[in-house]
Amino acid sequence: MREQNNKLALQFKNVDFHYKNDAEEIPILKNMNLSVADGEFVSIIGASGSGKSTIFRLIVGLEELTGGSIYLNEKQVTDRSGKVGYMPQQDLLMPWRTVQQNAVLPLELHKESRLDRRAVDSLLEAFGLKGYENKYPHELSGGMRQRVSFLRATLSGSNVLLLDEPFSALDAMTRLFMQEWLLEQWKEQQSTILFITHDITEALFLSDRIFVITDTPFTTFKEIEVPLERPRRQQDLGNKEVTELKNNLLDQFRMRV
Amino acid sequence: MKNYLYSIILITIFLFIWEAGARFVNTPFILPAPTEIAIKLWELKAELLLHHLPVTLAVIAIGLGISLVLGIILAISMNISKTLEQAIYPILITSQTIPIIALAPIFVLWFGYSIWSKVIVTIIITFFPITVSTFDGFRSTSKELKELFQTLGASKRQLFFKLEVPSALPSFFSGLKVAVPMSVIGAAIGEWLGAQAGLGYFSRRMMTQFNGAGVFAPIVVLSLIGIILFITVVLLEKYILKWRRF
Repeated sequence: MREQNNKLALQFKNVDFHYKNDAEEIPILKNMNLSVADGEFVSIIGASGSGKSTIFRLIVGLEELTGGSIYLNEKQVTDRSGKVGYMPQQDLLMPWRTVQQNAVLPLELHKESRLDRRAVDSLLEAFGLKGYENKYPHELSGGMRQRVSFLRATLSGSNVLLLDEPFSALDAMTRLFMQEWLLEQWKEQQSTILFITHDITEALFLSDRIFVITDTPFTTFKEIEVPLERPRRQQDLGNKEVTELKNNLLDQFRMRV
Repeated sequence: MKNYLYSIILITIFLFIWEAGARFVNTPFILPAPTEIAIKLWELKAELLLHHLPVTLAVIAIGLGISLVLGIILAISMNISKTLEQAIYPILITSQTIPIIALAPIFVLWFGYSIWSKVIVTIIITFFPITVSTFDGFRSTSKELKELFQTLGASKRQLFFKLEVPSALPSFFSGLKVAVPMSVIGAAIGEWLGAQAGLGYFSRRMMTQFNGAGVFAPIVVLSLIGIILFITVVLLEKYILKWRRF
C-alpha cells in the first residue's frame, strides 16, 4: 500500500438509503458504514443493480440520504455537489467543446477568476493530450476521451475521485494500457480513488482494497485486501495468491448469476 | 457544385418542356414561356428591385425577427415550467390549424394596408417551426450531462447557458431552415391580400391585367430571396456548429 497519513478521505456513518417506487420503498443501504483512507485506491464490485452506482450518486449529491451522514476529509457535508471529482461511465464530453474546453469545465463553473493556463497545459501534457487541445471529442479515440474525462474529474480540485466503470466501453488492449496509466496518474496526483467495476481482474490489479457487494440491501461490504506490492505490473496477476483470490471471488458471483 | 449537377440538369429539362409547351399553347396570359418571363424580368428590373423588393424584404425581416424572439421566449418558458408547457403547447398546435388565407382579410381590416397586416401573417406562419424545434432542442439535453453539471455544483444559470443552449442549437437551426422559406411565402400571401406595394402585390396586379409573364416575374424574385435566405442560414449554421461533422 502507498504510504498514507492516517486521515480519512471518505466516511459513511450509519447511512440509510432507499429508492421510492409508487407503491413501495426499495431499500439499498441499511445502516451502512465505510471508510476510505486518504490516498487509498478502493474498488467496489458487485452484480448489476446491487447498488454500486447508488453509493456514488450519494457521494456526489445526486441522491439524498434517508439517514446517517457522509464525511469528506473528516468533515460532515450535507451539500455535496461540487465537492468530489466524478468520472461517469460514458465519457460525457460535450461535443461542442474542444478537449481543452471540456477539461476546464469545473474551473469555469467555479468561476476560478484566472484559469491557470500553465497548470492546465502541463496536465494536458501529462495526460497525453498535448497537441489535441483544440480537437473535438468525435475526433478522439475512446481511450483519449476517457483521459479527457478523467482530467476533468481531476480539475474539480478534489482529492477524492469517483470513477464509475470508466473503462468498460474500451477494447481489451486499450483497457490494459489505461489501467496502467491510471495507476501512474494516481501516484502522481496523490488522490484517493473509488473505482466501480464489473471486472475482478481489473479490481485486483488496481486496488489496495476491494469492497464486494453480495446482498442488497447491504450494511457492510465483504472487504478484501489485495496482496500485491506497488508498483504493479500486469504479470503480477499470475501470482498464486492472487489467482486463488480471483477464483474465490468468481465462485461467489457464479452462485448469483 | 457537383452535388447540384443532377438537379440543374432536371431543371433545364423542365424549362425546355415548359418553353416548348408554352409556344405550342400560345396563350401567354395563361402560360407565359420562361423566355418571356426572363424578358419581362429584365424590363421590370428597376421597378421590381428598387420599389417592390425593399417593401417585401421589410415584411420578411420584421416578421422573421418577431418570430425568432417570440419563438425563443415561448420555447424557454415551456422548458422552464411544465405548467406553461401544458398551457401553451395545445394553443401552438391550434394556431397552425387556422386557415390563414381566410383570416388575412380580417388583419387587413384591423391594420389597414399598413405593413403590420403582412407581418402578422408572416409571424403566424414562421413562429411555429422555430418554437417547436427550439423547445425540442432544449428537451434533447442529455440527462447524464445535466447530472454531471449538478455534481460539479453548477448553478441554474450556468446549466442553462453552458449546457441547455448549446444542446438546443442544432435543433433550433433545423427549425430556422424551415421557417426562412416560409417567411417569404407569408410575406407574399400578406401582400397578395391587401397592399399598395411589394412583390406579392405586384404579382396580383399583373394578374388583374392578364399579364402572365408579369405575374411570374416577381415570383421568380421571391423564390430567389427564399434561396438566398436559406443559404445564409446554412452558412451561419456551419459556422456556429463547426464542431459537427458536416
